[in-house]
Amino acid sequence: MRAFANLVDRLTYTRSRNAKLDLIADYLRTTPDPDRGWALAALTGALDFPAVKSSTIRTLLTERVDPVLYALSRDYVGDTAETASLLWPAPEGASPVDEPMLEPSLAEVVDLLRAMTRSSVMKELPGLLDRLDANGRYALLKFATGAMRIGVSARLARVAFAQAFDVPVDEVEEYWHGVEPPYPTLFAWAADCAEPPRTDLVPLFRPFMLAHPLEETVVSMDDYAAEWKWDGIRVQLVHVNGETRVYSRSGDDISATFPELAEALDFPVVLDGELLVRGAHQGGEEGGAASFNALQQRLGRKTVSKKMLREAPAFIRLYDVLIRDGEDLRGLGWAERREHLELLMDRLNPERFDLSRLIEAKSFEDLAAIREGARDDAIEGVMLKRRDSPYIAGRKVGLWYKWKRDPLLIDCVLMYAQRGSGKRSSFYSDFTFGCWDGDPDEGADLLPVGKAYFGFTDDELKWLDRHVRQNTVNRFGPVRETDKSLVLEVAFDSVHESKRHKSGLAMRFPRINRIRQDKPAHEADRIEALKALVRD
Amino acid sequence: MPIKTAPDFSWIKPDPHGIFVGPCNAWIDPSKPVETALVTHGHADHARGGHGAVFATRETLAIMNLRYGGAGREVTVSMREPVELGCGVTATYFPAGHVLGSAQILLEHAGERVIVTGDYKRRPDPTCEPFEVVPCDIFITEATFGLPVFKHPPIVGEMQKLLDARAQRPEGCVAVGAYALGKAQRVICELRRAGYHEPIYLHGALEKMCALYEELGVPLGELRSATGIKKEELKGQIVLCPPSALNDRWSRRLPDPVTAMASGWMRVRQRARQRNVELPLVISDHCDWDELTQTIRDVDPAETWVTHGREEALLRWCQLNQRRARALAMVGYEDEDD
Repeated sequence: MRAFANLVDRLTYTRSRNAKLDLIADYLRTTPDPDRGWALAALTGALDFPAVKSSTIRTLLTERVDPVLYALSRDYVGDTAETASLLWPAPEGASPVDEPMLEPSLAEVVDLLRAMTRSSVMKELPGLLDRLDANGRYALLKFATGAMRIGVSARLARVAFAQAFDVPVDEVEEYWHGVEPPYPTLFAWAADCAEPPRTDLVPLFRPFMLAHPLEETVVSMDDYAAEWKWDGIRVQLVHVNGETRVYSRSGDDISATFPELAEALDFPVVLDGELLVRGAHQGGEEGGAASFNALQQRLGRKTVSKKMLREAPAFIRLYDVLIRDGEDLRGLGWAERREHLELLMDRLNPERFDLSRLIEAKSFEDLAAIREGARDDAIEGVMLKRRDSPYIAGRKVGLWYKWKRDPLLIDCVLMYAQRGSGKRSSFYSDFTFGCWDGDPDEGADLLPVGKAYFGFTDDELKWLDRHVRQNTVNRFGPVRETDKSLVLEVAFDSVHESKRHKSGLAMRFPRINRIRQDKPAHEADRIEALKALVRD
Repeated sequence: MPIKTAPDFSWIKPDPHGIFVGPCNAWIDPSKPVETALVTHGHADHARGGHGAVFATRETLAIMNLRYGGAGREVTVSMREPVELGCGVTATYFPAGHVLGSAQILLEHAGERVIVTGDYKRRPDPTCEPFEVVPCDIFITEATFGLPVFKHPPIVGEMQKLLDARAQRPEGCVAVGAYALGKAQRVICELRRAGYHEPIYLHGALEKMCALYEELGVPLGELRSATGIKKEELKGQIVLCPPSALNDRWSRRLPDPVTAMASGWMRVRQRARQRNVELPLVISDHCDWDELTQTIRDVDPAETWVTHGREEALLRWCQLNQRRARALAMVGYEDEDD
């Protein structure tokens, strides 16, 4: 448990992605089975101990510590598990700090936690906490309540696993959903060159094929097919052995969030498509999808209400088929897979599935003109797929391209800046900018409309950092307010109405496009200009 | 335990700007310029410039001189030697164990005894005299770390963390944020005690204070300025700086630094994360919760007054333990960087 607690502790304070990968990889290499398997399960959020709840911890604490002192402490610390780890009274006799032998292994902790029930937890959890020091208690409580919050995604943990044993991460992803904690077969394969885990009986995730930005490349429409790039989330739908799973781009299982999709398949197949919500906004009546904003309301939920299912039903606009009736089609060219996909449409419920339509363009110039004409907010741009390209995991140059729509641009005024993290911790690199809420010459104010922390070059960052330091008029903790003299050209993909912001608007994917030293602040855009770009 | 009856103590008056001693028109650690100031220790929130006369220990006066260049009329007070302030008020300074020269002040008038602690700690500190328990009727204490979550671990373990981090990073360095007065010198002394005798590099803001400590008889070993030297030379070294410099432009001169901070606040993870600290070292020059409550038990006053910090929790503890207590809403005492 001590090694795991140390890992959690160090991850808490580590910001750089590479340093996190190194820490996890090192732990996975040097820790014996099955502890490392349980740790990997904890980091990927694969564990659940229903008997241990935040309220359990609170009750245990207030039985041991004065409730007022507990409440004041919890208030200050801001986290129940951490408060409990710090307040837990030392047991009589030997402390774990002096007697590391008393400390349980991670596997023992898992066994004990699993055996706890709602009725036994109040009796059994204290004994376990008594055997740990404050760091151990923190790791245990975070682990037990399933809220690690140490800035490690499930994907990052799997990348670290691949790094630890020098195996391809795509293969790890492919086996991942077919193995269970503490993953003995996965470790045996990666660390000891054993046979890979069996994958034919479980609805596994297959790593996505991804596209490169087109940039200056010009392609021939004889070799490439074009389709719209829809503004939803890319998903993979897998049905095997009577079970359906919905996977997100990162390989996370989001089936519970979209039960209507999980119910919609009844034959063995692996499909690739864009998850959208029904509405009249994207692609007009014909397309029948709502804006990304509407979809966002449904993301990240563990359970979905009937109302939500009724008002914002999800469907998938299909791009590709990977496996059908047990036959792996990934080796075929795109055009052949497309034929298989078209034939499949008859077997699919049209309420839940439609086909991503191809763009009929005679030439690249023709396509450019069509793309230019599509100002529909639903469309992020155009995808170009080589007609003979097999379905290959990752981004392989020359097979698929994304040709994003040109971004929207607006001139804003820099209002506040905050220092970044990691390498940028000494630079003011997070910028809040605003637009005028009327005529600035008649006393209008700036209203913040967004925040951006990239888009600039290293030299521009240095320049911006200096500008912020030399033009600060106020400080609020870590935030500096500037004299609002600098105009920034901000690029963004779209803008939506939002109740969360004072301006009533939220930009998607804003970035600093250019520093407009040439432009006086009062000539920056007004809120109305931004509002006119809303297409909700 | 029977509660002692408290007399009226009208001669001592807590004011938002300091403790006012009426009969002799003197203030303790006032946050505004006054005629007569009794100063417990040299930290800026307790020792300010601009007073008419300052009563303080030799070390505190030296620190104030370094910081403000002249502290008005200086009256040097020796530990444990009573000073007559007039109108029947006597002040006696006792070590507080907080930083070099830090004192608690015992005030006596008409047979009543009041102690103002300033800031204090109970842990051994090689740079200053340890806190002494002095009996009194009213004990006026701080409560910077007055929450039961604050338990400072033994300093030996924290030093080991620092030395391990340095050993793991031969191509980088460890930048330790430490309060310029007290904390920095204590960290240096503790590093020496842990057997570390390499030169320690200093941010410019720490150099003068370290020199003063040495002058006043606290040996710190070989110190070098981190200003104006090559990045290369700092590889594998420990560099001390004020906490504010850790995330500022100054840190750009350091070769791939690990950001460490020596502070009691580092006990709470979110506090460390907010400050972008990668290596939190829980080292404080204040009492932790157990030491605060133990000190109240040791001193066993009729009444406890709390100047600043997390006074609510300490008052609650006093209530639970049948001790009379009250909070004084004092302004201007902050220990964000402890």
